[in-house]
Amino acid sequence: MSIIVFTRSTPDTAAKVEVDGSGNVTWGDAATVVNPWDEYALEEGIVQAKNGGGKASVIAIGGEMHNDALKHSLAMGLDQAIRVEDDALDASDALAYATAASAAVKKVDDAKLVIFGKESIDVGTDQHAYMTARKLGWTMLSYVSQIIEVDYEAGTIKVEKMYEQGKQVVTSQLPAVITVMKEINEPRYPSFIGIRKASKAQIPVWSLADLGISAPTAKTQTLAFNNLPAREVKTEMIEGEPEEQARILVDKLLEEKVL
Amino acid sequence: MDFELNQEQTMFQRVVRDFCEAELKPHAAEVDEVGDMHWPAIKKMADLGLLSLQVPEQYGGAELDTLSASIAVEEIGRVCGSTGLSISAHNGLGCGPIVRWGSDAQKLAYLPQLIGGDVLGALALTEPHAGSDLLNGATTTATRDGDEWVINGQKAWITNASVAPVISVLCRTDKEAGSRGFSMILVKPDTAGVTVHPREKKMGLKGSPTHMITFENARVPLENLLGDEGSGFYQTMQTLDSGRISIGALSVGIAQGAFEEMVKYALERHAFGEPIANKQAIQWKIADAEMELEAARTLVYKASVLKDSGRDYTRMAAIAKLKASEVAEKVCFDAVQIHGSYGYSREYPVERMYRDQRLMTIGEGTSEIQRLVIARGVIKAARG
Repeated sequence: MSIIVFTRSTPDTAAKVEVDGSGNVTWGDAATVVNPWDEYALEEGIVQAKNGGGKASVIAIGGEMHNDALKHSLAMGLDQAIRVEDDALDASDALAYATAASAAVKKVDDAKLVIFGKESIDVGTDQHAYMTARKLGWTMLSYVSQIIEVDYEAGTIKVEKMYEQGKQVVTSQLPAVITVMKEINEPRYPSFIGIRKASKAQIPVWSLADLGISAPTAKTQTLAFNNLPAREVKTEMIEGEPEEQARILVDKLLEEKVL
Repeated sequence: MDFELNQEQTMFQRVVRDFCEAELKPHAAEVDEVGDMHWPAIKKMADLGLLSLQVPEQYGGAELDTLSASIAVEEIGRVCGSTGLSISAHNGLGCGPIVRWGSDAQKLAYLPQLIGGDVLGALALTEPHAGSDLLNGATTTATRDGDEWVINGQKAWITNASVAPVISVLCRTDKEAGSRGFSMILVKPDTAGVTVHPREKKMGLKGSPTHMITFENARVPLENLLGDEGSGFYQTMQTLDSGRISIGALSVGIAQGAFEEMVKYALERHAFGEPIANKQAIQWKIADAEMELEAARTLVYKASVLKDSGRDYTRMAAIAKLKASEVAEKVCFDAVQIHGSYGYSREYPVERMYRDQRLMTIGEGTSEIQRLVIARGVIKAARG
């Protein structure tokens, strides 16, 4: 039994990300981090593989920068890491990503569960997870906050999902693709022994030929990146006694329809 | 010559920094105020390997090189001096001698517990009347009686004594033998006749427990001898050499923390219509701090690498510790100065860092002793 977690390197959330003069997205010298949502997916992958007596693999799709996320994953305790890269693959297109991701899942022995973080923090998208499930023809369970029970023999999984209105418990068939919320666990820190192993690990790269697929046509096209328009901030100091200041403040908040 | 950390060391540094930022920094002020460490964070350190920095993997340790161990202590010191001191002492003084000189049975008996996260290790060398001059001044004795050692005496300023399951105690076992008359003996603090006194009230590093210990006819089995009988003084000197690198690293960490606060505040605080960071008087302090920090860190790293190379590092450890501790004082002093009155208030962390750094020129050998060690080395080499 195998569990597969997908991850990617994203700019540090503390880094200043902007579009430079040539229209490229940059974050200066700031390091990348594991997509923060994926930390919960990686932790859950480790836990579920251990509970089920299987193996946890982590896959990233894209260039060498994603090796950092994969090494971090190995240092946390994932059993193996794989990177999918091909010049013909435009992984920024969700459908192209999902096509490669689903082919990679099929190449891993006995995969029963695929785990994604809730979304990718850099591009703010989660559709690649749903598309991967569709490409595989597997059940999709989103916003999972707890895996209550997995029965590999019976081929079922019971999870708690979060909604804006509340929570829902569902049982579904395996294999399945899930996206997980931060409520699901507390991700571990990589151990020093894990780091030692990870820093020595050679991460295999699978091409589209290795996956046995031809280059998927990207359905979307990125035309340009633009910086957000600068926000104008006006500061006004309210004078007077505290009661007077409070009255003026409340009036202004009502006027601006904040209250 | 390559001044870059390798990939493994870079990953260590990042993980330790992430851990310290998330688990220690938010509690640092409270640790100082309350006078106790944040134990949930200590417990989490076990899984990372922060409690077994140089313990061999076969005993469940992280088995790091000395440079990585220094980086770890530096990073902890950067956010919390108290925790930094206790973790440095635990690794270098608590676990170190057992790893180095312990028998297999002793290692198996104590290391798994020591690195588990519920306790921290300790070493007892200093006495109320003997610090720098242990050779002539130490009076704690251990005498054989049947199959036991009977220990009498007093130890002072022992870091982690109240949270240690076992303490390596330097005892005089042969009064006539001078430097060959000392032995290190493992003592459990709950042994009858051993009293760990209440926490000392200190200027800084308040979260790190420091205690006096009294031994009154405390009896421990003969097999609690650590290493060879008569080698205690030699073991002490070896342990202190290594401990000095760690205190150097801790000093660099505290200075780094203060430096970052200094720069941040200089950018925030406005005077005469602009951030004070624009003022040359402030810039000079920032420049000096950056320069001194680089120098101190480079020396600590060099001493660490030298130690792992297997060559004599006594002098370099003293140089690194002396420089780093004096840099910590200067950088923390200037950090408070740049903060003005706020720097003197507990509202800002530099007040705590200034108090915390003060021990750095005292513990693990005073600056005066470091200078003595360095000068002796130089003169001995010059005499040939």
